[in-house]
Amino acid sequence: MPKITLIEHNGTQHTVVGEVGQSVMQAAMNAMIPGIQGDCGGACSCATCHAFVDEAWVNSVPQAEECESDMLEFASTRRDNSRLTCQLVIHDDMDGIVLHLPESQY
Amino acid sequence: MSLSSVVIVGAGQAGFQVAASLRQGGFTGRISLINNEPGLPYQRPPLSKAYLLGKITASNLAFRPEAFFDQQQIELLQDDAVTIDRQNQHVVLASGKSLHYDHLVLATGAHNRPLSVPGDNLEGVFGIKTLADADALAPRVKDARNVVVIGSGFIGLEFAAVAAALGASVHVVDLGDRPMARAVSSEMAAAFRQTHESWGVQFHFHHGVTRLIGENGQITAVETTDGKILPAELLVYGIGVIPNITVANEAGLAIENGIKVDANLLTSDSHISAIGDVACFPCLQNEGEHTRIESVPNAMDQARTVASRLLGNASPFNALPWFWTDQGNLKLQIAGLSSGYDNTVILGSEATQQFSVLCFRKGQLVAVESCNRPGDHLAGKKILSRPPELTSAEASAPDFDLKTWELAHRP
Repeated sequence: MPKITLIEHNGTQHTVVGEVGQSVMQAAMNAMIPGIQGDCGGACSCATCHAFVDEAWVNSVPQAEECESDMLEFASTRRDNSRLTCQLVIHDDMDGIVLHLPESQY
Repeated sequence: MSLSSVVIVGAGQAGFQVAASLRQGGFTGRISLINNEPGLPYQRPPLSKAYLLGKITASNLAFRPEAFFDQQQIELLQDDAVTIDRQNQHVVLASGKSLHYDHLVLATGAHNRPLSVPGDNLEGVFGIKTLADADALAPRVKDARNVVVIGSGFIGLEFAAVAAALGASVHVVDLGDRPMARAVSSEMAAAFRQTHESWGVQFHFHHGVTRLIGENGQITAVETTDGKILPAELLVYGIGVIPNITVANEAGLAIENGIKVDANLLTSDSHISAIGDVACFPCLQNEGEHTRIESVPNAMDQARTVASRLLGNASPFNALPWFWTDQGNLKLQIAGLSSGYDNTVILGSEATQQFSVLCFRKGQLVAVESCNRPGDHLAGKKILSRPPELTSAEASAPDFDLKTWELAHRP
Protein backbone atom coordinates (compact mmCIF):
# COMPACT_ATOMS: atom_id res chain seq x y z
CA MET A 1 0.00 0.00 0.00
CA PRO A 2 1.38 3.41 -0.98
CA LYS A 3 3.11 5.48 1.68
CA ILE A 4 2.37 9.18 1.81
CA THR A 5 4.45 11.72 3.66
CA LEU A 6 2.78 14.87 4.92
CA ILE A 7 4.89 17.67 6.33
CA GLU A 8 3.21 20.18 8.58
CA HIS A 9 3.96 23.87 8.24
CA ASN A 10 6.13 23.67 11.36
CA GLY A 11 8.23 20.90 9.78
CA THR A 12 6.72 17.95 11.63
CA GLN A 13 6.74 15.00 9.30
CA HIS A 14 4.14 12.21 9.19
CA THR A 15 4.11 9.14 7.01
CA VAL A 16 0.79 7.42 6.54
CA VAL A 17 -0.15 4.29 4.65
CA GLY A 18 -2.95 4.85 2.17
CA GLU A 19 -5.19 2.46 0.31
CA VAL A 20 -5.41 2.54 -3.47
CA GLY A 21 -8.68 4.24 -4.41
CA GLN A 22 -8.88 6.22 -1.16
CA SER A 23 -8.27 9.97 -1.17
CA VAL A 24 -5.15 11.46 0.38
CA MET A 25 -7.51 13.50 2.60
CA GLN A 26 -9.12 10.36 3.99
CA ALA A 27 -5.77 8.68 4.62
CA ALA A 28 -4.53 11.82 6.42
CA MET A 29 -7.70 12.14 8.50
CA ASN A 30 -7.63 8.47 9.46
CA ALA A 31 -4.14 9.08 10.82
CA MET A 32 -5.25 12.26 12.68
CA ILE A 33 -2.76 14.44 10.84
CA PRO A 34 -3.17 17.97 12.18
CA GLY A 35 -3.76 20.52 9.45
CA ILE A 36 -6.14 18.54 7.22
CA GLN A 37 -9.70 19.45 8.20
CA GLY A 38 -11.88 17.92 5.48
CA ASP A 39 -15.03 19.68 6.66
CA CYS A 40 -17.23 18.60 3.75
CA GLY A 41 -16.13 14.99 3.82
CA GLY A 42 -14.50 15.09 0.41
CA ALA A 43 -17.23 16.69 -1.71
CA CYS A 44 -14.92 19.42 -3.07
CA SER A 45 -17.03 22.01 -1.26
CA CYS A 46 -14.95 23.52 1.52
CA ALA A 47 -11.24 23.73 0.58
CA THR A 48 -10.07 22.71 4.07
CA CYS A 49 -7.85 19.83 2.87
CA HIS A 50 -5.43 22.02 0.93
CA ALA A 51 -1.83 20.82 0.54
CA PHE A 52 1.18 21.52 -1.69
CA VAL A 53 2.45 18.60 -3.73
CA ASP A 54 6.24 18.43 -3.38
CA GLU A 55 7.88 19.71 -6.57
CA ALA A 56 9.44 16.31 -7.25
CA TRP A 57 6.01 14.70 -7.31
CA VAL A 58 3.93 17.26 -9.20
CA ASN A 59 3.86 15.15 -12.37
CA SER A 60 2.75 11.99 -10.62
CA VAL A 61 -0.72 13.33 -9.84
CA PRO A 62 -3.43 14.05 -12.43
CA GLN A 63 -4.41 17.64 -13.18
CA ALA A 64 -7.10 19.29 -11.08
CA GLU A 65 -10.60 19.33 -12.54
CA GLU A 66 -12.55 22.56 -12.84
CA CYS A 67 -14.29 22.54 -9.47
CA GLU A 68 -11.04 21.89 -7.65
CA SER A 69 -9.09 24.55 -9.53
CA ASP A 70 -11.87 27.10 -8.92
CA MET A 71 -11.78 26.37 -5.21
CA LEU A 72 -8.00 26.52 -5.17
CA GLU A 73 -7.96 29.79 -7.05
CA PHE A 74 -9.24 31.27 -3.86
CA ALA A 75 -7.68 29.13 -1.17
CA SER A 76 -5.46 31.18 1.07
CA THR A 77 -1.74 30.76 0.37
CA ARG A 78 -2.34 29.16 -3.00
CA ARG A 79 0.66 28.10 -5.09
CA ASP A 80 1.11 26.41 -8.45
CA ASN A 81 1.46 23.04 -6.73
CA SER A 82 -1.65 23.51 -4.55
CA ARG A 83 -4.18 20.68 -4.49
CA LEU A 84 -7.25 19.68 -2.54
CA THR A 85 -6.30 16.33 -1.09
CA CYS A 86 -9.91 15.07 -1.22
CA GLN A 87 -9.53 15.05 -5.01
CA LEU A 88 -6.19 13.18 -5.00
CA VAL A 89 -7.07 9.52 -5.36
CA ILE A 90 -4.25 7.27 -4.21
CA HIS A 91 -2.71 4.94 -6.79
CA ASP A 92 0.39 2.76 -6.77
CA ASP A 93 2.57 5.30 -8.58
CA MET A 94 2.10 7.66 -5.66
CA ASP A 95 4.07 5.45 -3.25
CA GLY A 96 6.46 7.77 -1.46
CA ILE A 97 4.73 11.02 -2.46
CA VAL A 98 5.46 14.05 -0.29
CA LEU A 99 2.94 16.81 0.44
CA HIS A 100 3.43 20.00 2.43
CA LEU A 101 0.62 21.43 4.53
CA PRO A 102 -0.24 25.14 4.66
CA GLU A 103 -0.10 27.10 7.89
CA SER A 104 -3.90 27.28 8.00
CA GLN A 105 -6.84 25.90 6.07
CA TYR A 106 -8.93 29.00 6.64
CA MET B 1 -12.06 22.23 35.56
CA SER B 2 -10.49 18.84 35.16
CA LEU B 3 -12.54 16.29 33.31
CA SER B 4 -11.94 12.58 33.30
CA SER B 5 -14.99 11.35 31.41
CA VAL B 6 -16.98 12.68 28.49
CA VAL B 7 -20.06 10.86 27.26
CA ILE B 8 -21.38 11.79 23.81
CA VAL B 9 -24.90 10.77 22.85
CA GLY B 10 -25.19 10.48 19.08
CA ALA B 11 -22.47 9.48 16.64
CA GLY B 12 -23.41 11.60 13.66
CA GLN B 13 -21.22 14.35 12.31
CA ALA B 14 -21.41 16.45 15.51
CA GLY B 15 -20.97 13.66 18.06
CA PHE B 16 -18.12 12.01 16.18
CA GLN B 17 -16.31 15.32 15.71
CA VAL B 18 -16.36 16.09 19.45
CA ALA B 19 -14.63 12.78 20.13
CA ALA B 20 -12.04 13.31 17.37
CA SER B 21 -11.36 16.93 18.34
CA LEU B 22 -10.98 16.04 22.02
CA ARG B 23 -8.32 13.45 21.21
CA GLN B 24 -6.64 15.72 18.68
CA GLY B 25 -6.50 18.39 21.38
CA GLY B 26 -4.80 16.04 23.82
CA PHE B 27 -7.69 14.94 26.04
CA THR B 28 -6.63 11.79 27.87
CA GLY B 29 -9.79 10.97 29.80
CA ARG B 30 -12.46 8.48 28.88
CA ILE B 31 -14.58 9.18 25.80
CA SER B 32 -17.76 7.17 25.27
CA LEU B 33 -19.54 7.68 21.97
CA ILE B 34 -23.06 6.26 21.91
CA ASN B 35 -24.22 5.25 18.44
CA ASN B 36 -27.85 4.18 18.03
CA GLU B 37 -27.22 2.87 14.53
CA PRO B 38 -25.37 -0.29 13.48
CA GLY B 39 -21.80 -0.09 12.19
CA LEU B 40 -19.25 2.69 12.22
CA PRO B 41 -20.28 6.35 12.39
CA TYR B 42 -20.71 7.66 8.86
CA GLN B 43 -21.37 10.77 6.81
CA ARG B 44 -24.90 11.33 5.58
CA PRO B 45 -24.65 13.89 2.74
CA PRO B 46 -23.78 11.31 0.03
CA LEU B 47 -26.81 9.15 0.94
CA SER B 48 -29.18 11.18 -1.23
CA LYS B 49 -26.80 11.50 -4.17
CA ALA B 50 -23.32 9.98 -4.75
CA TYR B 51 -24.09 6.84 -2.73
CA LEU B 52 -27.33 6.16 -4.65
CA LEU B 53 -25.43 6.56 -7.91
CA GLY B 54 -22.78 4.08 -6.74
CA LYS B 55 -20.06 6.75 -6.87
CA ILE B 56 -19.10 6.13 -3.26
CA THR B 57 -19.12 2.85 -1.35
CA ALA B 58 -20.35 2.18 2.19
CA SER B 59 -16.81 1.76 3.52
CA ASN B 60 -15.94 5.23 2.22
CA LEU B 61 -18.92 6.70 4.05
CA ALA B 62 -17.42 5.85 7.44
CA PHE B 63 -15.76 8.88 9.05
CA ARG B 64 -12.88 6.65 10.12
CA PRO B 65 -12.05 2.93 10.00
CA GLU B 66 -12.65 0.74 13.03
CA ALA B 67 -8.96 0.74 13.99
CA PHE B 68 -9.14 4.49 14.55
CA PHE B 69 -11.54 4.08 17.46
CA ASP B 70 -9.24 1.53 19.11
CA GLN B 71 -6.11 3.57 18.50
CA GLN B 72 -7.69 6.74 19.81
CA GLN B 73 -9.37 4.93 22.69
CA ILE B 74 -12.79 6.20 21.76
CA GLU B 75 -15.28 3.78 23.27
CA LEU B 76 -17.92 3.27 20.58
CA LEU B 77 -21.09 1.81 22.05
CA GLN B 78 -23.91 0.54 19.86
CA ASP B 79 -26.63 1.55 22.23
CA ASP B 80 -29.00 4.40 22.96
CA ALA B 81 -29.48 6.84 25.80
CA VAL B 82 -32.75 6.30 27.65
CA THR B 83 -32.52 8.59 30.65
CA ILE B 84 -30.18 11.19 32.05
CA ASP B 85 -29.76 11.20 35.81
CA ARG B 86 -28.49 14.75 36.15
CA GLN B 87 -28.11 14.68 39.91
CA ASN B 88 -25.68 11.77 39.83
CA GLN B 89 -24.33 12.60 36.35
CA HIS B 90 -25.23 9.27 34.83
CA VAL B 91 -26.65 8.29 31.46
CA VAL B 92 -28.70 5.13 31.45
CA LEU B 93 -28.58 3.22 28.18
CA ALA B 94 -31.11 0.97 26.45
CA SER B 95 -28.90 -2.04 27.27
CA GLY B 96 -29.31 -1.23 30.95
CA LYS B 97 -25.73 -0.03 31.23
CA SER B 98 -25.16 3.17 33.18
CA LEU B 99 -22.32 5.56 32.35
CA HIS B 100 -20.98 8.28 34.61
CA TYR B 101 -20.09 11.58 32.94
CA ASP B 102 -18.11 14.58 34.04
CA HIS B 103 -19.49 16.23 30.94
CA LEU B 104 -22.28 15.07 28.66
CA VAL B 105 -22.64 16.12 25.03
CA LEU B 106 -26.05 15.67 23.42
CA ALA B 107 -25.70 15.31 19.66
CA THR B 108 -28.93 13.40 19.14
CA GLY B 109 -29.73 14.92 15.75
CA ALA B 110 -33.16 14.88 14.21
CA HIS B 111 -35.54 12.48 12.52
CA ASN B 112 -37.58 12.90 9.36
CA ARG B 113 -40.91 14.62 9.72
CA PRO B 114 -43.33 11.82 8.80
CA LEU B 115 -45.51 12.12 5.73
CA SER B 116 -48.66 11.24 7.72
CA VAL B 117 -51.09 10.69 4.87
CA PRO B 118 -53.23 7.62 4.21
CA GLY B 119 -51.08 4.99 2.52
CA ASP B 120 -47.78 6.14 3.99
CA ASN B 121 -47.07 2.57 5.16
CA LEU B 122 -47.04 1.20 1.59
CA GLU B 123 -43.94 -0.46 0.15
CA GLY B 124 -41.92 1.94 -1.97
CA VAL B 125 -42.26 4.95 0.34
CA PHE B 126 -38.96 6.28 1.62
CA GLY B 127 -37.43 9.02 3.68
CA ILE B 128 -33.64 9.34 3.41
CA LYS B 129 -31.94 9.75 6.76
CA THR B 130 -29.88 6.64 7.46
CA LEU B 131 -27.59 4.32 5.59
CA ALA B 132 -30.29 1.66 5.99
CA ASP B 133 -32.77 3.97 4.21
CA ALA B 134 -30.34 4.52 1.34
CA ASP B 135 -29.51 0.81 1.10
CA ALA B 136 -33.20 -0.05 0.80
CA LEU B 137 -33.78 2.73 -1.72
CA ALA B 138 -30.73 2.26 -3.99
CA PRO B 139 -31.81 -0.94 -5.80
CA ARG B 140 -35.32 0.42 -6.37
CA VAL B 141 -34.32 3.75 -7.86
CA LYS B 142 -32.39 2.00 -10.62
CA ASP B 143 -35.53 0.31 -11.95
CA ALA B 144 -38.16 2.92 -11.13
CA ARG B 145 -39.93 4.46 -14.13
CA ASN B 146 -42.24 6.77 -12.18
CA VAL B 147 -40.95 8.60 -9.16
CA VAL B 148 -42.72 11.15 -6.98
CA VAL B 149 -40.79 13.37 -4.60
CA ILE B 150 -42.60 15.17 -1.78
CA GLY B 151 -40.79 18.29 -0.69
CA SER B 152 -38.36 20.35 -2.76
CA GLY B 153 -35.67 21.01 -0.17
CA PHE B 154 -32.06 19.89 -0.59
CA ILE B 155 -32.79 16.19 -0.02
CA GLY B 156 -35.83 16.11 -2.30
CA LEU B 157 -34.05 17.89 -5.12
CA GLU B 158 -30.83 15.89 -4.77
CA PHE B 159 -32.87 12.74 -5.05
CA ALA B 160 -34.93 14.12 -7.95
CA ALA B 161 -31.69 14.83 -9.83
CA VAL B 162 -30.49 11.26 -9.21
CA ALA B 163 -33.79 9.69 -10.31
CA ALA B 164 -33.94 11.86 -13.43
CA ALA B 165 -30.33 10.95 -14.30
CA LEU B 166 -31.25 7.27 -13.99
CA GLY B 167 -34.03 7.76 -16.50
CA ALA B 168 -37.15 7.95 -14.34
CA SER B 169 -40.06 10.28 -14.91
CA VAL B 170 -39.94 12.54 -11.83
CA HIS B 171 -42.69 14.67 -10.27
CA VAL B 172 -41.91 16.93 -7.32
CA VAL B 173 -44.81 18.08 -5.12
CA ASP B 174 -44.34 20.97 -2.69
CA LEU B 175 -46.69 23.15 -0.65
CA GLY B 176 -44.51 26.21 -1.24
CA ASP B 177 -44.13 28.33 -4.34
CA ARG B 178 -40.52 27.49 -5.28
CA PRO B 179 -37.77 24.98 -4.61
CA MET B 180 -35.54 25.28 -1.54
CA ALA B 181 -37.72 28.16 -0.35
CA ARG B 182 -36.39 27.95 3.20
CA ALA B 183 -32.76 28.08 2.12
CA VAL B 184 -32.20 30.23 -0.95
CA SER B 185 -33.25 33.45 -2.70
CA SER B 186 -36.02 33.37 -5.27
CA GLU B 187 -33.45 34.06 -8.01
CA MET B 188 -31.42 30.97 -7.13
CA ALA B 189 -34.58 28.91 -6.69
CA ALA B 190 -35.80 29.92 -10.16
CA ALA B 191 -32.51 28.88 -11.75
CA PHE B 192 -32.58 25.50 -10.04
CA ARG B 193 -36.20 24.99 -11.05
CA GLN B 194 -35.34 25.70 -14.66
CA THR B 195 -32.40 23.31 -14.68
CA HIS B 196 -34.38 20.51 -13.04
CA GLU B 197 -37.09 21.04 -15.64
CA SER B 198 -34.48 20.73 -18.38
CA TRP B 199 -33.71 17.28 -16.92
CA GLY B 200 -37.39 16.38 -17.23
CA VAL B 201 -38.39 16.96 -13.60
CA GLN B 202 -41.96 18.28 -13.28
CA PHE B 203 -42.89 20.52 -10.35
CA HIS B 204 -46.28 20.84 -8.66
CA PHE B 205 -46.06 23.85 -6.35
CA HIS B 206 -48.77 25.06 -3.95
CA HIS B 207 -49.94 21.48 -3.59
CA GLY B 208 -49.74 18.75 -1.03
CA VAL B 209 -50.63 15.09 -1.04
CA THR B 210 -53.99 13.74 0.09
CA ARG B 211 -53.26 10.02 -0.11
CA LEU B 212 -50.98 7.36 -1.50
CA ILE B 213 -52.63 4.71 -3.64
CA GLY B 214 -51.37 1.12 -3.61
CA GLU B 215 -51.90 -2.35 -4.94
CA ASN B 216 -50.95 -5.46 -2.96
CA GLY B 217 -49.21 -3.28 -0.43
CA GLN B 218 -47.02 -1.54 -3.03
CA ILE B 219 -47.41 2.15 -3.92
CA THR B 220 -48.71 2.76 -7.44
CA ALA B 221 -49.77 6.40 -7.41
CA VAL B 222 -50.05 9.63 -5.44
CA GLU B 223 -53.11 11.85 -5.24
CA THR B 224 -52.34 15.56 -4.89
CA THR B 225 -54.55 18.14 -3.19
CA ASP B 226 -55.75 19.42 -6.58
CA GLY B 227 -56.99 15.93 -7.45
CA LYS B 228 -54.20 14.90 -9.82
CA ILE B 229 -53.16 11.25 -9.81
CA LEU B 230 -49.41 10.87 -10.35
CA PRO B 231 -48.24 7.33 -11.07
CA ALA B 232 -45.42 6.23 -8.73
CA GLU B 233 -43.61 2.99 -8.00
CA LEU B 234 -41.34 4.96 -5.75
CA LEU B 235 -41.97 7.92 -3.47
CA VAL B 236 -39.32 9.81 -1.56
CA TYR B 237 -40.28 12.46 0.95
CA GLY B 238 -38.09 15.14 2.44
CA ILE B 239 -40.38 17.53 4.27
CA GLY B 240 -38.17 18.62 7.11
CA VAL B 241 -36.93 17.09 10.32
CA ILE B 242 -37.89 17.07 13.97
CA PRO B 243 -35.12 17.42 16.57
CA ASN B 244 -34.59 14.41 18.85
CA ILE B 245 -35.28 16.01 22.21
CA THR B 246 -37.14 13.30 24.16
CA VAL B 247 -34.34 12.32 26.52
CA ALA B 248 -33.30 15.94 27.11
CA ASN B 249 -36.90 16.99 27.70
CA GLU B 250 -37.54 14.20 30.19
CA ALA B 251 -34.36 15.22 32.01
CA GLY B 252 -35.84 18.68 32.44
CA LEU B 253 -33.43 20.57 30.19
CA ALA B 254 -34.71 23.78 28.62
CA ILE B 255 -36.31 23.09 25.24
CA GLU B 256 -37.05 25.62 22.51
CA ASN B 257 -37.33 24.26 18.98
CA GLY B 258 -34.63 21.76 19.98
CA ILE B 259 -32.40 21.70 23.03
CA LYS B 260 -31.86 25.29 24.08
CA VAL B 261 -28.23 26.27 24.59
CA ASP B 262 -26.35 29.46 25.37
CA ALA B 263 -23.61 31.12 23.34
CA ASN B 264 -21.14 28.54 24.68
CA LEU B 265 -23.46 25.73 23.57
CA LEU B 266 -24.23 24.79 27.16
CA THR B 267 -27.71 23.60 28.02
CA SER B 268 -29.56 24.75 31.13
CA ASP B 269 -27.34 22.25 33.00
CA SER B 270 -23.69 23.35 33.00
CA HIS B 271 -22.53 19.71 32.83
CA ILE B 272 -24.38 19.16 29.57
CA SER B 273 -23.76 20.63 26.09
CA ALA B 274 -25.92 20.19 23.02
CA ILE B 275 -24.69 20.53 19.42
CA GLY B 276 -25.62 19.91 15.82
CA ASP B 277 -29.11 19.53 14.36
CA VAL B 278 -30.71 19.26 17.81
CA ALA B 279 -29.21 22.43 19.33
CA CYS B 280 -31.04 25.75 19.28
CA PHE B 281 -28.42 28.43 19.85
CA PRO B 282 -28.26 32.25 19.81
CA CYS B 283 -27.17 32.84 16.23
CA LEU B 284 -25.05 35.90 15.49
CA GLN B 285 -26.05 35.85 11.82
CA ASN B 286 -29.74 35.72 12.73
CA GLU B 287 -29.70 38.87 14.90
CA GLY B 288 -28.98 36.80 18.02
CA GLU B 289 -32.25 34.85 17.73
CA HIS B 290 -32.22 31.28 18.97
CA THR B 291 -31.80 29.25 15.80
CA ARG B 292 -31.39 25.61 14.89
CA ILE B 293 -29.24 24.86 11.87
CA GLU B 294 -29.29 21.53 10.09
CA SER B 295 -25.97 21.23 8.32
CA VAL B 296 -22.70 19.37 8.41
CA PRO B 297 -20.52 22.50 8.79
CA ASN B 298 -22.64 23.69 11.71
CA ALA B 299 -22.28 20.29 13.37
CA MET B 300 -18.50 20.28 12.87
CA ASP B 301 -17.97 23.86 14.01
CA GLN B 302 -20.14 23.40 17.11
CA ALA B 303 -18.31 20.16 17.94
CA ARG B 304 -14.97 21.95 17.76
CA THR B 305 -16.25 24.79 19.94
CA VAL B 306 -17.37 22.35 22.63
CA ALA B 307 -14.18 20.26 22.42
CA SER B 308 -12.11 23.44 22.85
CA ARG B 309 -14.14 24.46 25.87
CA LEU B 310 -13.73 21.03 27.45
CA LEU B 311 -9.99 21.37 26.84
CA GLY B 312 -9.98 24.67 28.71
CA ASN B 313 -10.33 27.19 25.87
CA ALA B 314 -13.89 28.43 26.10
CA SER B 315 -15.12 30.86 23.52
CA PRO B 316 -18.62 31.63 22.28
CA PHE B 317 -19.80 29.91 19.13
CA ASN B 318 -19.86 32.37 16.24
CA ALA B 319 -18.94 30.38 13.13
CA LEU B 320 -20.49 31.56 9.89
CA PRO B 321 -23.22 29.13 8.80
CA TRP B 322 -22.62 27.56 5.40
CA PHE B 323 -24.25 24.87 3.34
CA TRP B 324 -23.81 22.95 0.13
CA THR B 325 -25.88 20.76 -2.12
CA ASP B 326 -24.91 18.87 -5.29
CA GLN B 327 -27.70 18.33 -7.80
CA GLY B 328 -26.73 16.84 -11.14
CA ASN B 329 -24.02 19.13 -12.52
CA LEU B 330 -25.01 21.97 -10.18
CA LYS B 331 -22.96 22.67 -7.08
CA LEU B 332 -24.69 25.16 -4.84
CA GLN B 333 -22.72 26.60 -1.95
CA ILE B 334 -24.26 29.06 0.46
CA ALA B 335 -22.36 31.25 2.91
CA GLY B 336 -24.41 33.01 5.58
CA LEU B 337 -28.18 33.11 6.18
CA SER B 338 -30.36 34.85 3.62
CA SER B 339 -33.49 34.97 5.79
CA GLY B 340 -35.19 38.35 5.58
CA TYR B 341 -33.09 39.56 2.62
CA ASP B 342 -34.59 42.53 0.82
CA ASN B 343 -32.21 43.07 -2.09
CA THR B 344 -30.03 40.94 -4.34
CA VAL B 345 -27.18 41.43 -6.79
CA ILE B 346 -26.44 38.71 -9.34
CA LEU B 347 -22.86 38.06 -10.44
CA GLY B 348 -22.09 35.99 -13.53
CA SER B 349 -24.62 34.50 -15.85
CA GLU B 350 -27.57 32.29 -15.00
CA ALA B 351 -27.52 31.06 -18.61
CA THR B 352 -24.11 29.43 -18.15
CA GLN B 353 -25.13 27.94 -14.79
CA GLN B 354 -22.20 29.74 -13.22
CA PHE B 355 -23.47 32.60 -11.11
CA SER B 356 -23.77 33.92 -7.58
CA VAL B 357 -26.57 35.74 -5.81
CA LEU B 358 -25.51 38.24 -3.16
CA CYS B 359 -28.30 38.73 -0.62
CA PHE B 360 -28.52 42.00 1.31
CA ARG B 361 -30.68 42.87 4.30
CA LYS B 362 -31.07 46.56 5.13
CA GLY B 363 -28.06 47.27 2.95
CA GLN B 364 -25.87 44.70 4.65
CA LEU B 365 -24.56 41.57 2.92
CA VAL B 366 -26.05 38.56 4.72
CA ALA B 367 -25.52 35.66 2.31
CA VAL B 368 -23.63 34.63 -0.82
CA GLU B 369 -25.23 31.85 -2.85
CA SER B 370 -22.94 30.40 -5.50
CA CYS B 371 -23.91 28.03 -8.26
CA ASN B 372 -20.81 26.44 -9.83
CA ARG B 373 -18.73 29.44 -8.66
CA PRO B 374 -16.76 27.97 -5.75
CA GLY B 375 -14.32 30.88 -5.78
CA ASP B 376 -17.18 33.27 -4.98
CA HIS B 377 -18.23 30.97 -2.15
CA LEU B 378 -14.82 31.09 -0.52
CA ALA B 379 -14.58 34.86 -1.04
CA GLY B 380 -18.10 35.26 0.36
CA LYS B 381 -17.23 33.28 3.47
CA LYS B 382 -14.28 35.58 4.15
CA ILE B 383 -16.22 38.77 3.48
CA LEU B 384 -19.08 37.66 5.74
CA SER B 385 -16.69 36.73 8.53
CA ARG B 386 -15.17 40.16 9.12
CA PRO B 387 -15.38 43.87 8.30
CA PRO B 388 -15.44 45.89 6.12
CA GLU B 389 -18.91 45.35 4.84
CA LEU B 390 -19.61 45.11 1.16
CA THR B 391 -22.46 47.40 0.14
CA SER B 392 -25.01 46.60 -2.53
CA ALA B 393 -24.01 49.81 -4.33
CA GLU B 394 -20.42 48.57 -4.67
CA ALA B 395 -21.54 45.11 -5.72
CA SER B 396 -23.86 46.56 -8.38
CA ALA B 397 -21.02 48.33 -10.19
CA PRO B 398 -20.33 47.01 -13.70
CA ASP B 399 -17.50 44.43 -13.77
CA PHE B 400 -17.68 43.98 -10.00
CA ASP B 401 -15.86 40.81 -9.01
CA LEU B 402 -16.27 39.33 -5.54
CA LYS B 403 -12.87 37.66 -5.43
CA THR B 404 -11.08 40.82 -6.54
CA TRP B 405 -12.95 42.86 -3.94
CA GLU B 406 -12.09 40.41 -1.18
CA LEU B 407 -8.40 40.42 -2.12
CA ALA B 408 -8.37 44.22 -2.16
CA HIS B 409 -10.05 44.48 1.24
CA ARG B 410 -8.13 41.76 3.02
CA PRO B 411 -6.89 43.09 6.34
